[in-house]
Amino acid sequence: MTPNAALLLLADGRLPAGGYAHSGGFEPTARLQGLNDAAALEDFLEGRVTTSGFVAAAFAAAACAAAHAGNIGRLGQLDPELDARMPSPAVRAVSRALGRQLLRVITRIHPHPVLATLDPHAHQPTVFGAAAASFDLSPQDAALAVLHETITGPASAAVKVLSLDPYEVHSALARLTGLLDELAVRAAAHALDDPDQLPADASPLLDIAAEHHRSWDVRLFAS
Amino acid sequence: MSARASLTTEHTIDRAGRGVSRVYGLRSQAPLVLRPTHPKSAEPFTRHATNVARVSLTSGAAGPLGGDHFELEVRVGRGSTLVLNEVSATLLLPGARGGLSQMRITITVEDDATLVWLPEPVIAAEHCNHVQDIDVALGTSSRLLMRDELQLGRHREPPGNLTQRIRVRRVGRPLFQQQLTVGPATPKWRSSAVGGGHKSLGTVLVVDPDWGGDPPSARILAHGAAMFPLAGPAVLISALADDTLTTRRLLDRGVAHLGDPWASEAAAAPSA
Amino acid sequence: MTDTHDTPRTRSLRLGVAGPVGTGKSSVIAMLCRKLNEEFTMGVITNDIYTDEDARFLRSAGVLPSERIRAVETGACPHTAIRDDVTMNLLAVEDLEKDFAPLDIVLVESGGDNLTATFSPALVDAQIFVLDVAGGGDVARKGGPGIARADLLLVNKIDLAEYVEVDVEQMVKDAQSARDGRPVLALSKKMPDTVEALCEWVRQLHAAHSRGVHTPTDPGPMAPHFHATDEGGYEHSHESGDSSGEHAHH
Repeated sequence: MTPNAALLLLADGRLPAGGYAHSGGFEPTARLQGLNDAAALEDFLEGRVTTSGFVAAAFAAAACAAAHAGNIGRLGQLDPELDARMPSPAVRAVSRALGRQLLRVITRIHPHPVLATLDPHAHQPTVFGAAAASFDLSPQDAALAVLHETITGPASAAVKVLSLDPYEVHSALARLTGLLDELAVRAAAHALDDPDQLPADASPLLDIAAEHHRSWDVRLFAS
Repeated sequence: MSARASLTTEHTIDRAGRGVSRVYGLRSQAPLVLRPTHPKSAEPFTRHATNVARVSLTSGAAGPLGGDHFELEVRVGRGSTLVLNEVSATLLLPGARGGLSQMRITITVEDDATLVWLPEPVIAAEHCNHVQDIDVALGTSSRLLMRDELQLGRHREPPGNLTQRIRVRRVGRPLFQQQLTVGPATPKWRSSAVGGGHKSLGTVLVVDPDWGGDPPSARILAHGAAMFPLAGPAVLISALADDTLTTRRLLDRGVAHLGDPWASEAAAAPSA
Repeated sequence: MTDTHDTPRTRSLRLGVAGPVGTGKSSVIAMLCRKLNEEFTMGVITNDIYTDEDARFLRSAGVLPSERIRAVETGACPHTAIRDDVTMNLLAVEDLEKDFAPLDIVLVESGGDNLTATFSPALVDAQIFVLDVAGGGDVARKGGPGIARADLLLVNKIDLAEYVEVDVEQMVKDAQSARDGRPVLALSKKMPDTVEALCEWVRQLHAAHSRGVHTPTDPGPMAPHFHATDEGGYEHSHESGDSSGEHAHH
């Protein structure tokens, strides 16, 4: 039986892992590029989920597979590879902070030996993958959960950043479900790749926006 | 059409007893032509060493076209310095029978060696279908400055499909790895999270072991440009703009913030 | 608690300071740092709604070495950060305790939100809820979990009472009756005796915490029909405190 309920638990934004404080680059992008409607949000989400979201999903799938195989060495190779795929130090720092928070939560709510083998500052996709494995979820599940968070985080933030109709925002999320499923399959296909062959899709404007955001004196979200 | 070109440099001692960088094993195959040139004055980014090797690449009048497979292999031998530039921009065009064009560039910079690689922009014309792979292997003490500029479509023209993969590893460890995919097959490259519909984008990657774990800090250069310290002794300058001149200007602005010796040498070097 | 760094040697008294916007949480924290600096080694975590302004205020006040004041960014959800998802704050507190061990007291300032936001017992050992007279004399009577069941209720800025036509005595009396005997202090930074009373409360709390006799209690969620005489409400808060487990002291 597929542990579907565990997947929902892991993907739930209410998991107390601090995700609510982040807009995934939406807050700075909205201001820098003058985004102001749900269509602009949807365009942002699609761009994010097919680039950095897809990379994160593939790494989560790879981490999940490595954790299932008990391949600790391979788990440890993923973080340096992720660093190389995140030029912005702000993006790297956020990914590691979210990873640390997630590791803290999963360690408390569902202790598992594989979690103890992770670097306490491991990137979020690495922790996500290992956490998924600890619930006996598949690499594709791990990828899907990460993709889900990639769009739901900025979407909830967008309602606070812009004056958007929450129904329109969720319509966009509903339209993206098919894309998410498709990306999850593609991401999971990389689960056993050599670490240096894992996806590296760039999102140059997100990187630049992240540094703009760090420099602001006043911001609603931490990223 | 397939073409392979390669070159190797080495550090040697000339008759006057001075250390010089010498090109050997230069191999060209039309339309990929490598030609040594002779610097008249100090080269940019090379610590004022006059005895550097300088090579220009010409890749023919137009192309690569669909169906072309080009390969370039560069080895900068231990202790030597190579300045590699290009005569003109590269225009990616569709072939008569369609098909993929490919350019594979493999670079090794050995210990104590320096590569300054300043190619001209790559222009992705409408309907092109191109994959560019750049693989760089560095040693612990290798230095690198590598510029990369893409123009997405000629004047008032949408680009064809272009995939660019850059992978830089240092002593086998990942330092920088990015893949950019643009064109009609990837509509979301125009997303506000990715390329935002900018017509031109570029990067300069600088690796300097003297920075150790403390490369120059992050800096915003413009709305669409910033410099990023990587997780290693390296900095990436990234810029997006509506034309290649602006992109070049933003990249130069970033280089000017890199501190010595990169900044001062850039200022002294009109070709940078 | 399994975390190795959370040993008795490095575990501080974690004291939350909550309350609505503008009631003087940052000032109270600055005051405590200034007054208790010589007796205790202290650190501060601020929770801001926008960026790290409160942290900057405290750093510029010079009450503590600035590296012992850290900000948590709460993404416009200050109540979430201290209540339903405390992970960011918990890590920030632990990092501070580890980096400056041994700390005696870590003050956690909530982002100014509203009357219902209170700290989770998973994050703090005790909490102060700050009101001020300028918010109106009837606020205390209206109650709410922080007002009714925080470990200490402060009625701040009492020096302003005459200007805003609030009867301080009545406000304190209302608060006491809403709190079922829990302490209420009237405070003004211009009245040294009130400041000393606050410091003394913190000293006693720290002493109880060090002896392991202080048990964190949870003000709990907003109880719509809570009355001061409702024993059930009191019992409930105890239950929550005990079940949190994590910060009971061994």
